[in-house]
Amino acid sequence: MPSLKDLKNRIVSVKSTQKITKAMQLVAAAKLKRAQDAATAARPYAERMAAVLANLAASAGGGGPKLLAGTGKSDVHLVVVMTAERGLAGGFNSYVVKLARQKITALQAEGKTVKVLTIGKKGREQLARDLGSLLIGHVNLSDIKGNDFAESAISVGLMLTKSYEAGDFDVATLVYSQFKNVLTQVPTAQQLIPAKAPEGAPKIDLGGAMYTYEPDEAALLEALLPRYINTQILSALLESSAGEQASRMTAMDNATRNAKDLIKALNLKYNRARQAQITKELIEIISGAEAL
Amino acid sequence: MADKLHFSLVSPSRELFSGEVDHVIAPGTEGEFGVLAHHAPFMTTLKNGIVRVLEGDAVKMRIYVRGGFADVTPAGLTILAEEARNLTDAKAEDVDAEIEAARLKLLALDSGDTKQFALQEQIAYLEGIRAALAN
Repeated sequence: MPSLKDLKNRIVSVKSTQKITKAMQLVAAAKLKRAQDAATAARPYAERMAAVLANLAASAGGGGPKLLAGTGKSDVHLVVVMTAERGLAGGFNSYVVKLARQKITALQAEGKTVKVLTIGKKGREQLARDLGSLLIGHVNLSDIKGNDFAESAISVGLMLTKSYEAGDFDVATLVYSQFKNVLTQVPTAQQLIPAKAPEGAPKIDLGGAMYTYEPDEAALLEALLPRYINTQILSALLESSAGEQASRMTAMDNATRNAKDLIKALNLKYNRARQAQITKELIEIISGAEAL
Repeated sequence: MADKLHFSLVSPSRELFSGEVDHVIAPGTEGEFGVLAHHAPFMTTLKNGIVRVLEGDAVKMRIYVRGGFADVTPAGLTILAEEARNLTDAKAEDVDAEIEAARLKLLALDSGDTKQFALQEQIAYLEGIRAALAN
């Protein structure tokens, strides 16, 4: 039976934990709003870009630059794992890492060489434990303020296209958390390189007219593809960031509620213990008086 | 009055403009071109420069874009800019400050950093805006 003092200390400590989780929940809610706005604002660009690419790719047929057509083999796979920089966001990071692990194991079972690039600290920490030898690089997101991911997306995109051109890998897949809504984030694996024109993109009705390309189709594709890849990385970064905040908000909400229940139970225990002690003291006094 | 052209200008961070206009002049890599309503389907890359939106003969809006694509379909003109800034509400002092900040950032980077290239492009873009604002 813990003493009254112990119980009191525990109640105080749970209460301060509750204050922290509550504050984190509020902060995450505010950040979520901003992250969601940024993700929404970026959507028109990504959609139009996809439509333009689908259009161009259709006219290029199966050919086109290496970024679209592929290297012709799929021996070396690069898995890009995008997670958050911070933890305490429920299962957010673990889910992404879990999917990445599945993907890597499946590829290795097929006899492919797998390389891993991590974006965000948490993913690297988790993967380094057992797959450390596969890690070829890491992108740090911790010095990014707000949702200004454009620069990182461009540098990651450039890094990927460069090493692709150098023949470091044949296929790049991005594993990230897709933001469905505040309650659901879906870990998704998406092929980045060779670029895939989105399926189900609306076909533009030209009314029988022919497209004019300037300079020409090949040059346009050459210019468009790296940007398309950057855009995909950027929207993944934005969705991932919105998902992280949403996930943290939910996790902290649960933690706050948990703390509330715990405090209630501890208070009950404390009151009972106090009452028991009072009763005990009374009995001692009464029996002492009776003995006289 | 002739038909209107549906024009939208989007950058990765947001949609800068979407609406009906008369005439748009954009800086294609192979030369400046103008688009009116019912233009034939056309696609081109853009270079850094000013996109002008005209209402009748008067320039209604000037937007500085950094590279990107223009796509003309029967539905209208779409410009996908890497980055864009409306020149009507840009201030020269702010742009100067941004150029200065970008330069400092570039100096702080190690050589061979992948961000170097992005920053150099950024500076060229900002200087373009500055020049466009000056005249």
